[in-house]
Amino acid sequence: MSWKRLFKTRPKIALCWLSGCGGCEESVIDLAEELPDLPSEASVVFWPVALDFRVADLEALPDRAIAAVFINGAIRTEEHARMARLLRSKSRRVIAHGTCAHLGGVLGLANLTDVDTLLRTAFVQAPTVANPSETRPAAETLVDGETVTLTKLTPRLMALDQVIPVDHYLPGCPPTPDMMRKAITAAVAGTLPNMPVVMAEETALCRSCPRRNTRPEKIGIKRFRRLHEAMCDPERCFLDQGLVCLGPATRGGCAARCIAANMPCRGCFGGLGDDKEPGAAVLSLLAAMMGGENADDIRAAARSLADPAGLIYRYGLAAAQWTGSREK
Amino acid sequence: MTRRICIDPVTRLEGHGRIELFLDDDGGLKRTLFQIPDFRGFEAFCVGRPAEEMPRITQKICGVCPTAHHIASVKALDALFGVEPPPAGRMIRELMHLAFILEDHLLHFFFLGGPDILAGPDAAPDQRNFWGVVRRLGREMIQKVLTVRRRVRELNALLSGSPLYPVCGLPGGVSLAVRPENRDAIAATCRDALDLVRDVQRLFDRYFLEDADYRRWIEDERFRVRTHAMGLVDPANRVQFYDGALRVVAPNGDETARFSADRYADYLEERVETWTYHKRLHLKSVGWRGLTDGPESGIYRVGALARLNAASGMTTPLAQAEFERLFEILGPGPIHNALAYHWARLVEMLHAAEEMKRLSEQPELTEPTVRRLPETLNPSGIGVCEAPRGTLIHHYEVDGDAMIRSVNLIVATQHNTAAIELTVDRAARAFIGEDGVSKEALSRIEMAYRAYDPCLACATH
Repeated sequence: MSWKRLFKTRPKIALCWLSGCGGCEESVIDLAEELPDLPSEASVVFWPVALDFRVADLEALPDRAIAAVFINGAIRTEEHARMARLLRSKSRRVIAHGTCAHLGGVLGLANLTDVDTLLRTAFVQAPTVANPSETRPAAETLVDGETVTLTKLTPRLMALDQVIPVDHYLPGCPPTPDMMRKAITAAVAGTLPNMPVVMAEETALCRSCPRRNTRPEKIGIKRFRRLHEAMCDPERCFLDQGLVCLGPATRGGCAARCIAANMPCRGCFGGLGDDKEPGAAVLSLLAAMMGGENADDIRAAARSLADPAGLIYRYGLAAAQWTGSREK
Repeated sequence: MTRRICIDPVTRLEGHGRIELFLDDDGGLKRTLFQIPDFRGFEAFCVGRPAEEMPRITQKICGVCPTAHHIASVKALDALFGVEPPPAGRMIRELMHLAFILEDHLLHFFFLGGPDILAGPDAAPDQRNFWGVVRRLGREMIQKVLTVRRRVRELNALLSGSPLYPVCGLPGGVSLAVRPENRDAIAATCRDALDLVRDVQRLFDRYFLEDADYRRWIEDERFRVRTHAMGLVDPANRVQFYDGALRVVAPNGDETARFSADRYADYLEERVETWTYHKRLHLKSVGWRGLTDGPESGIYRVGALARLNAASGMTTPLAQAEFERLFEILGPGPIHNALAYHWARLVEMLHAAEEMKRLSEQPELTEPTVRRLPETLNPSGIGVCEAPRGTLIHHYEVDGDAMIRSVNLIVATQHNTAAIELTVDRAARAFIGEDGVSKEALSRIEMAYRAYDPCLACATH
């Protein structure tokens, strides 16, 4: 077999970011010593952080030419949505890579406010901004007689499957290198499962938590403590210390890395099963943990919970809010 | 009739960007535009969040420089809660920050901007990347780089929870002490990191300084913009990453300002353009004169080269020697050629590795007390550090329950956007003027922004 023929038979894969942070790209680069061999296994046809291919190169590929595309980041602009659709049309499998693509991620907290406030805060109100005419980024600007277009923000931040059908989900902010290795290997070998699947554990983080043996049978929290007030015991279950930990309602598979650093879980792997509304599960969990003798006690415990919306939906607000039908 | 050429997307950097070139009938360049078509709104959606959660929220601004955001954020919390970390807590923060500076500069050297030179400036587009570098430098060298970088990131996972997103930062210190039994492994990683950086220094000599194109370009006008420079310094004006005063020097090297970061708003001002989501910063006292350089323009730069320009030297011997060599060859006085950023990063990698080694040998590193609980709450807190790409400022205001009321973030690449636009424009004028719109000219234009190691998601956040 000639080298050229070998080249042609390698499966094409692609990686792309939408509204994200580059962390999911780093989770691939964290494959470290295994990276030099990637081109002998697969032909990477698009990966802006590492390779000089352009949108035009992607557009020139035949439809479904890419075996699998790993898309990280959420949908925040019209351009992200266009790019997601382009990648969908060129790819046989789409993997939502990381929490932003899966559930919207931290960026989904923007849906607690509106686009106008987002722009106003940064471009008009920031104390360092000198902008007396209160101008903001606009869809079209005339620059030296030429019309320059700028993509608009979408009314809400969306998870990837709110714009295109997604075949698989790799949860985590970011996914672990081990998850990345397995997913890329399966994509290259053509052994991705035939059904939509979340490629992490099917049990809660608590099950694999190194502190699981210190979790009490009954938790009766009268007042939730905040992290700045508490000297955390490095061995004992956070819930037993009156600190919110989302481990009981969060999918495992993260290697309990926050717990290992003596910090409680904030839920970046999302909920269990195919539940896109983990907030309800978290809320009922927290309610069940509140202790006290009467309604006043429970009310006091509930009041001590700082920023409940931002806590239970830290990573999943965009996915939870979805009420429309997904594109087929 | 204007012809427009678009480089979409710009590549081998963090985030989304595109360059548009407007050409006149004769193929001459009329204007360039560097647009960032991305915005997330962190300053708005952080409002209402508990202050103590901010180091874990704001770091999601950037997965390439999350540790810098984590450090700036937790320092803002120190100021907010009026509490300073105990010696071991501060040492752990500094060690993780330096380890991060080192591995992130390595990322740029081998994956992002470095391949422009390491794989050859005129390498084919499918070779001008990390894998082209593997081919040129050989497997053995690259395996060493990847192994040491992985171990440095594992060191940070040990200190802070994750190789990528640290979670240990709390007001008054960190959440986790270093166990004495881990000391030897930490020290070994730091020693091997320093050893690797000395190899990188030899690579730099061979592949950068002995590259005829690089040697020519690093000293010519096409990549040169004469701007002010800003960076954190110690009392002797030497480069600092974790803390210090902000020092600004004019294009000729004269100090024009020296201030504590909590007065940043007195010195820095942002302008809004409607065709992009990035804002342009300038020095308030000098003023905005449009996209132009020189002492009358308030445009300034941050990041590796600007830090060296704004300082009088380095605190560690090997870095100091490399600092002197750089200014001896390219100086005297501030270096304005953007391609010298590659060299400045090498100086900083030496500093980071030397300091990591020193910190790893300090007896206090494994002390069990790594945190002090706060007893007060101030209405606002400002935190600063030097991220790999430049000065990073987090500013929070809170209510009486320590819930966030307002946030202002001045992020490394945000300071640099005007200078990046200017450098891209200058390179475009020079190279398109000489060759027309050739593949080579477009490649040189891309080298102009990549030298800055821009982080565009950071810049707009």
